[in-house]
Amino acid sequence: MAQSHVPNADKYYVPHSSPWPIYGSVTLFTVMAGAVATLDGWLPAWSLLPGFAMLAGLFILWFGTVIRENEQGLYNMAVDRSFRMAMMWFIFSEVMFFAAFFGALFYARALVMPWLSGDGTKLMTNILLWSRYHGTWPTNGPGALGPRANGSFESVPALGLPALNTAILLTSGVTITIAHHALLRGHRRRLAIFLAATFLLGFAFVALQATEYHEAYTKLGLQLGTGIYGSTFFLLTGFHGLHVTVGAIMLVVIWFRVMKGHFTPERHFGFEAVAWYWHFVDVVWLGLFIFVYWL
Amino acid sequence: MNLNRLTVNHIRPTRTRGAVLRRALGLLAASLLAGSTGAQAFPAMNMPVGVTVLSHDIYRIHMEVLWVCVAIAVAVFGVMITALIRFRHSKGAVPDTTMTHSTAAEVIWTIIPVLILVALAIPAARTMIKIDDTTHAGLTIRVTGYQWKWHYTYLGDASGIRFFSTLSQNSNFASQLDSGIDPRTVPHYLLSVDHPLVIPSGVKVRLLITSADVIHAWWVPAFGVKRSAIPGFINELWVKVLPGHEGVYRGQCAALCGRGHGFMPIVVDVKTPADFAKWVAAQKAALKQASAAPVPAATAPNEAPVARARIAAPASPLARRPLTARISD
Amino acid sequence: MAHAIEIAPDAHDAHAAHDGPDTGIRRWLFATNHKDIGTMYLTLSLIMFFVGGAMAMVIRAELFEPGMQLVDPAFYNQMMTMHALVMIFGAVMPAFVGLANWMIPLQIGAPDMALPRLNNFSFWLLPFAFTLLLSTLLVPGGAPAGGWTMYPPLALQFGDSFPMLIFSIHLMGISSILGAINVIVTILNLRAPGMTLLKMPLFCWTWLITAYLLIAVMPVLAGAVTMLLTDHFFHTSFFNAAGGGDPLMYEHIFWFFGHPEVYIMILPAFGIISEIIPTFSRKPLFGATSMIYATASIAFLSFIVWGHHMFVDGMPTSADLFFMLSTMLIAVPTGVKIFNWTATMWRGSLSFEPPMLFAIGFLFMFSIGGFSGLMLAMVPADFQYNQSYFVVAHFHYVLVPGAVFAIMGGVYYWLPKWTGNLYNMKLAKTHFWLSTIFVNVLFFPQHFLGLAGMPRRIPDYAVQFTDWNMVSSIGGFGFGLSQILFAIAIIQCVRGGKKATAEVWTGAAPHGLEWTIPSPAPYHSFQTAPEVR
Ligand code: HEA
Ligand code: HEA
Ligand code: CUA
Ligand SMILES: [Cu+2]
Repeated sequence: MAQSHVPNADKYYVPHSSPWPIYGSVTLFTVMAGAVATLDGWLPAWSLLPGFAMLAGLFILWFGTVIRENEQGLYNMAVDRSFRMAMMWFIFSEVMFFAAFFGALFYARALVMPWLSGDGTKLMTNILLWSRYHGTWPTNGPGALGPRANGSFESVPALGLPALNTAILLTSGVTITIAHHALLRGHRRRLAIFLAATFLLGFAFVALQATEYHEAYTKLGLQLGTGIYGSTFFLLTGFHGLHVTVGAIMLVVIWFRVMKGHFTPERHFGFEAVAWYWHFVDVVWLGLFIFVYWL
Repeated sequence: MNLNRLTVNHIRPTRTRGAVLRRALGLLAASLLAGSTGAQAFPAMNMPVGVTVLSHDIYRIHMEVLWVCVAIAVAVFGVMITALIRFRHSKGAVPDTTMTHSTAAEVIWTIIPVLILVALAIPAARTMIKIDDTTHAGLTIRVTGYQWKWHYTYLGDASGIRFFSTLSQNSNFASQLDSGIDPRTVPHYLLSVDHPLVIPSGVKVRLLITSADVIHAWWVPAFGVKRSAIPGFINELWVKVLPGHEGVYRGQCAALCGRGHGFMPIVVDVKTPADFAKWVAAQKAALKQASAAPVPAATAPNEAPVARARIAAPASPLARRPLTARISD
Repeated sequence: MAHAIEIAPDAHDAHAAHDGPDTGIRRWLFATNHKDIGTMYLTLSLIMFFVGGAMAMVIRAELFEPGMQLVDPAFYNQMMTMHALVMIFGAVMPAFVGLANWMIPLQIGAPDMALPRLNNFSFWLLPFAFTLLLSTLLVPGGAPAGGWTMYPPLALQFGDSFPMLIFSIHLMGISSILGAINVIVTILNLRAPGMTLLKMPLFCWTWLITAYLLIAVMPVLAGAVTMLLTDHFFHTSFFNAAGGGDPLMYEHIFWFFGHPEVYIMILPAFGIISEIIPTFSRKPLFGATSMIYATASIAFLSFIVWGHHMFVDGMPTSADLFFMLSTMLIAVPTGVKIFNWTATMWRGSLSFEPPMLFAIGFLFMFSIGGFSGLMLAMVPADFQYNQSYFVVAHFHYVLVPGAVFAIMGGVYYWLPKWTGNLYNMKLAKTHFWLSTIFVNVLFFPQHFLGLAGMPRRIPDYAVQFTDWNMVSSIGGFGFGLSQILFAIAIIQCVRGGKKATAEVWTGAAPHGLEWTIPSPAPYHSFQTAPEVR
């Protein structure tokens, strides 16, 4: 690869051509095709593996190229600004994704449950269809759907693992901020330490979440099929957990880049993007803690 | 209770394509030369006025908003057409490039539409509140949608009467792919059933609409009502047919509910209160008489060999709670 | 503002940026050039328009006469569903993204889109998404058949096509979101010096606002279909009353996406019309600033009107009332736009080149669709209109002589800029007149059918609806055949023809940076940012 060009602050870098987008499209198609084949029972679940392997490759190759170009100084401040804006609006779209599930939670709690209990104009609904039902949250609905024969289930108390997890995530929010300040002041050692602390806290969170799920499935009678409470609980916390996992992996990547000497106090878009993402994951968790576990 | 006593003429061939095309083109021409045709056979173009209290209100609102739109359209399109004629480059029009905005004009054409809309909204809101008031009903009937038929259960005084209402055989045969039967020879093609719903005129009839599987919707245009049948929930609506409008009214399921969606009509036989009482008495007598027999005639679901019903619906989401069994009688 | 937007040569081969495109298939597979990507989007869109149109022809053929002649009811439902999905996600939306790709950098004086690789990714997701979607026609149980709205519980009854549908929508959603991010970043970050937001062409403005709608609602659609997926495969109860869920909840979430979605399909059209009308009126756009505010108001209102699709579904009276009023309000800013366009033509000097013809057609026929929309918003009357052909007539008026005409107008407006050749004007005008006549024959009678009580989404109908259906079908075939002229005009123009000048519409008054560069636009335009006074 020819190190041919002296970076020019006046030039907006436009790559000439790139194989990664089409490779990425093939990758996502493979992932989706694998998921279809699995869900439709055409192939066993291993049919998902090629897609995921390609996906890992995609990130390594595409981001690798971007990082390399960046390290070569091809990106001027305008490119940097583009990346920042793109990341911000991407996070906004993620917020809207969670909004759909939060919306479902609020709608079910605030409207569906009272209606099924005969509220408002839905008296006949309750009398003719669900006469024994008087909903209180958490509920698995008038059919009392769930794994237990008697239809009962327990929810995860907010003051157990969830509170601990809240503390962990909030702490990780602090550690990454310390790391950021360290980066700005050029304290590389402190940066590395606090960044490592952040992703370790992240993985601790995921591990505790897994314990909680195990508990819910085996002891509490709380499963995906446990009515609307199970549905909203697992989809909200599940998608959040997925995002924490992805965020933590990105933190690890950033940490390796720090160790390799990437990022300067002036320019560190990669670091900031991951930090923003991490804060976003943090804020979503607060919403979850309040509306799923606590209230 | 079959309203279609006529038999289907199976040998009658479909019309030839030529005739069909001629007819369509003729109609096309006729509609272009609006007014030039005799009114007799001209197909319907407007909403029916209907036969219920609400349908009259609704028709009025429809005509109001229609004429408002026509008036605005005439005004706006008139200005546009004038511009298209007067300010043509080919006629040497010189553009007035200084005309770039006018706050006064913009305020005016913001305010006027707002006023028009307010004028439209008030009667609409009033009617809406009336429509949603299902209290003080004289008769309550539960309507349950199934893939693809309706089930009616009378509550209160007439309780005990319940039956399925399914597309009539004639229509069903004729509607099979390449049946060779011309639908025009089938009486009330796609709009007739084996057991119609029977209601009295002059009485506020409350309908409790729900579904046993997917979403359906109960719609009789002449009544001005339409409500979705949502599984697990009951939506209410009311119908009060004006006295003197007894007769048979027809409608269709109005929410896509699978392959049989086009084939689950609604037929309502509106009788005078006296005739209705007779009908109820007869039904009850039949019920009592048949109570010894294994399946009472009036309640036997019409399990006609509907060819398109062959795709078995997967377990309904409500399967864990049999709905049909929970009828309060 | 962006002071540093010159293009930089590629590190991998330093001379590349000065050259033209790659040769062969690499040019398209590995594309990063906004013009190449725009071309691919537009091509895909045209193909999908024909695919979706072919499905519409199946619909119209079956509905020509009462009785089932051609397809069985299940297949009819599949055609109807796929027609809508293909037209919306495959034809109209990609066409607008293609136009955005071509025109936004040219109009704001940028070297390219801000994130060229992401741009290509957004595009290439689509062919795969549609491969997935269209291949549902081949799997056991057939394609999805529950309408483009995919309401549960019906949607949960689909066969093997179900996850394919969901995942293809996920892919389309990812594509739209990434594409929208690119548009936002390009417009906010890469404008040439002096190109302030208020000087920015209306097409860019409407697209900026559309892009915000996209990133706000596409994720919500993704969430909705994800809940469908888990209800189907993982026993969740989002839309099942027995578990405390509600089928209506799906409708709320879907239409929270769905209503802004219909404006996603019309706002860029407004932008195109705002470009064309001033050019051929030889007069600046009337009230340009209020046009921007009107667009923003429409976008804002679009988030709070979704319930007008659910009036008959049993919402509380107060909700019906709220949604009725908010929906009616949208007529106000839309009216401002219509009036401003009219005022632009007033005291202008109008000529009737093909783009202008399509714009004028748009003005009239979109308004007709808007009027029927207003009628639909009146709740009591909607109890009759809902789920009838009146609704079908409404949305085809806003979508076909609305969105699609605007796209065609835009293509006829900018095609010479893209290819460097003028197209056959006579052919294009014939295309316009045939389309305009037939589209009305096709969709106007559907108003009558709906009012007379014909439900939508049915493969067969009662005999009293025969006449208008025949008229409509004849209009449909005529409209479909007319579109062949569109394809011919484009192909001829790409192949060659009279050379276009930089300004293309000499004699009219085209305004904007895109007309300052040669035709065809050079592979890399604005490598040095232009100064905008
Ligand atoms: C491009 C797409 C598009 C656009 C722009 C619109 C615009 C509007 N739509 Fe439409 N609509 C659809 C696409 C669109 N719609 C689709 C696809 C469906 C069906 C979905 C499905 O069920 O599958 C639908 C369905 C639909 C319904 C649901 C009907 C039902 O299912 O029962 C309603 C109800 O309120 C509605 C209303 C409106 C209104 C009020 C507008 C307004 O924005 C219109 C505003 C414009 C004007 C009013 C004309 C110009 C204005 C003037 C000249 C000013 C003066 C005018 C007055 C004061 C009246 N639409
Ligand atoms: C942008 C969106 C868009 C566009 C452009 C169109 C375009 C057309 N639509 Fe579509 N339509 C929808 C969006 C759109 N539609 C939606 C959202 C629905 C609702 C679905 C639902 O209920 O879920 C719908 C439903 C719908 C129905 C109602 C179905 C039903 O309820 O049962 C009908 C019926 O007439 C119809 C017809 C047509 C026709 C004839 C065209 C024509 O304009 C198409 C013209 C184009 C071509 C024909 C292709 C080009 C030409 C050729 C391929 C050459 C060959 C030509 C011949 C053989 C004649 N559409
Ligand atoms: Cu039942 Cu449509
Ligand atoms: Cu809408």
